[in-house]
Amino acid sequence: MTETTEKKKRTQIPRQKMPEQDPKVRAKNFDEVPFGYTPELAKLEASRCLQCKKPTCIEGCPVSIDIPAFLDLILQGDFLGAARKLKEMNSLPAVCGRVCPQEDQCEKVCILGKKGEPVAIGRLERFAADYEMAHGEFIMPPKAPPTGKNVAVVGAGPAGLTLAGDLIKKGHQVTIFEALHKTGGVLVYGIPEFRLPKAIVQAEVDYLEKTGVEVRTNMVIGKIYTVDELMANGYNAVFLGTGAGLPTFMNIPGENFNGVYSANEYLTRSNLMKAYLFPRYDTPIAKGKKVAVLGGGNVAMDSARTALRLGADDVYIVYRRSKKELPARIEEVHHAEEEGVQFHFLTLPVEILGNEDGWVCGMKCQRMELGEPDESGRRRPIPVPGSEFTLEVDMVVVAIGTGANPLVPSTTPDLQTNKWGYIVADPETGTTSKKGVYAGGDIVTGSATVILAMGAGRKAAEAIHKYLTE
Amino acid sequence: MFPIVEAKPLAAAVKQFKIAAPEIAKKRKPGQFIVLRINEEGERIPLTMADADPEAGTITLIFQELGKSTEQLGKLKAGDMISDLIGPLGVPTHIEKFGTVVCVGGGIGIAPVYPIAKAMREAGNTVLSIIGARTKNLLILEEEMAKVSHSLKVSTDDGSYGYHGFVSDILQNVIDEGTTINLVVAIGPVPMMRVICNVTRNQKIKTVVSLNPIMVDATGMCGACRVTVGGRTRFVCVDGPEFDGHEVNFVELVKRQRAYLDQEKLSLETFRHQGGACLGGKS
Repeated sequence: MTETTEKKKRTQIPRQKMPEQDPKVRAKNFDEVPFGYTPELAKLEASRCLQCKKPTCIEGCPVSIDIPAFLDLILQGDFLGAARKLKEMNSLPAVCGRVCPQEDQCEKVCILGKKGEPVAIGRLERFAADYEMAHGEFIMPPKAPPTGKNVAVVGAGPAGLTLAGDLIKKGHQVTIFEALHKTGGVLVYGIPEFRLPKAIVQAEVDYLEKTGVEVRTNMVIGKIYTVDELMANGYNAVFLGTGAGLPTFMNIPGENFNGVYSANEYLTRSNLMKAYLFPRYDTPIAKGKKVAVLGGGNVAMDSARTALRLGADDVYIVYRRSKKELPARIEEVHHAEEEGVQFHFLTLPVEILGNEDGWVCGMKCQRMELGEPDESGRRRPIPVPGSEFTLEVDMVVVAIGTGANPLVPSTTPDLQTNKWGYIVADPETGTTSKKGVYAGGDIVTGSATVILAMGAGRKAAEAIHKYLTE
Repeated sequence: MFPIVEAKPLAAAVKQFKIAAPEIAKKRKPGQFIVLRINEEGERIPLTMADADPEAGTITLIFQELGKSTEQLGKLKAGDMISDLIGPLGVPTHIEKFGTVVCVGGGIGIAPVYPIAKAMREAGNTVLSIIGARTKNLLILEEEMAKVSHSLKVSTDDGSYGYHGFVSDILQNVIDEGTTINLVVAIGPVPMMRVICNVTRNQKIKTVVSLNPIMVDATGMCGACRVTVGGRTRFVCVDGPEFDGHEVNFVELVKRQRAYLDQEKLSLETFRHQGGACLGGKS
């Protein structure tokens, strides 16, 4: 068979679906939605890759994974080899395989996508990483000789974990300081178990610890130590990956009624504190029957799907633009729809109503229509006069975004921040206005994706390494 | 893990713990608090630090057994471990020489008032303290407060000890006597703080209160502890815990504190049903 006919044959294989829980069943449990590929499905899907001479997928990946190489290893049946290939560039493949917006990155530029459907790179990444977790042994990655330099990493989220993994390989001593009692940042407090099992995150962190990274939880930098104190305590460089954790509210009347949650609080109670297992776990959570989630991003979808799982009869996504403008991943919107989440598009909440005990009992809304595009490029919603109506709800989750947490900047006087409180840092190196201090991830860019934060961690690791060795 | 170095009862259902936390002990200032989690299943509970010993590397916590978590905590003994301890959190009390400072502590609120009274005295203030409890055997830290105050007045709601009445009545008397007061610091149950603020409002005496709403992460991330102060939403964990008492919306605060009453009851009943023996247990 010639190479051309072989290629043609490959392109005729359809993109393989990932088996997943039935929507009706999964809407009532917190187990992960997709089961993942079997080895057979993985090989079949990997065989669709054309092994392009100029692979565009690598350019589409913020951390430049050698995608054709790991797909080929899967095709050969060398699943452990595939996982190790991934880990050359990505210290959290099991996480990225689950939560990366692949459709906007590697898969978007896959040549197969031009005529049909792209290779399911994300699903295969997940497969290889999971396979290694289940079958692999720990192998110490190659490490440079010790440099005698110490790096403090503030925040154990995607940016900090990636940076730590890179710097330890380069021979530096790395300590991660995490404010919460668990590592993972948004991966553990924000993303629900049904989308990213916590055991997966823990396994990735365990791997880092085995490579020599020191992890100190319960350390609120800015309080227990300032950045200056860290440097005085012998750290030669500091990386700030503190995230954008400050919840924002609508600033409409009634937002302090009981039953109004920020998405951060709602998801933290449920995910990090396991309130869905109350009273076995001690943290309670309100179980609304009619729940409105305000916003249209992934966090809103996560909140809505969590509300269903906690026993809500009706869950509404209330979004002021139309379905077309929803910022959430298509797959997440699709999953939410399948599970029964109802969408109120072109709807703006104007007031939350409460009863005498201070509990939510309704929400006044206004209908919107779309006008000209605004600075974000999305069509601006305009209120329709006289269209006010009341939505009957007993709980509201505000998922309209987050801001910069001021704890570190406010205690680091010579660290430059912008008007929104984000740290000013060079996007290519993470260099801040303060010598030896680097920053990356959401605390620099505002809320973005896990993989972009990891990319920022990677670039900052390069820059810190240079700074420490030159 | 954080070992409990000393555990002793102070009053009925009130315990004092010294916990080894050297880094926090060095940093802690009056007015600041910690968050602890007893074990893997535990919730994150905020507790004010009553004291700290930087040399010994310990912090002092005083708490009342009110619900499941505090009751479970109260069962721990010296040598036991607490899974997580996070701190110091919150903005420290603003300490300077004001002149005459009245420190008012109600019930368990005497514990956080104590380090503030001590620091106010060290800063050169005349410290007049008023402490009270529902009944005599709930009164704590009387000796300690006496030591750091220029004068100490005590009340009990039921008249079993000291003045028969409320701390607010004593404060009213002190004001009526014509004492010049530059600042009042009042910490205790919300109704008490509210009444104290009503007493001082007419006299325009600046009054600082320390709030303890429900918190989760306590680092400004979740917004559970939001409270309306002067018409603005503030987060107690990072903006507080202390605020101008004349500006606090106490009505809203009370309602928000009651948000989980049913679950708290269920949690406590379940715990007691299991004989309180599920410490660190996995089901």
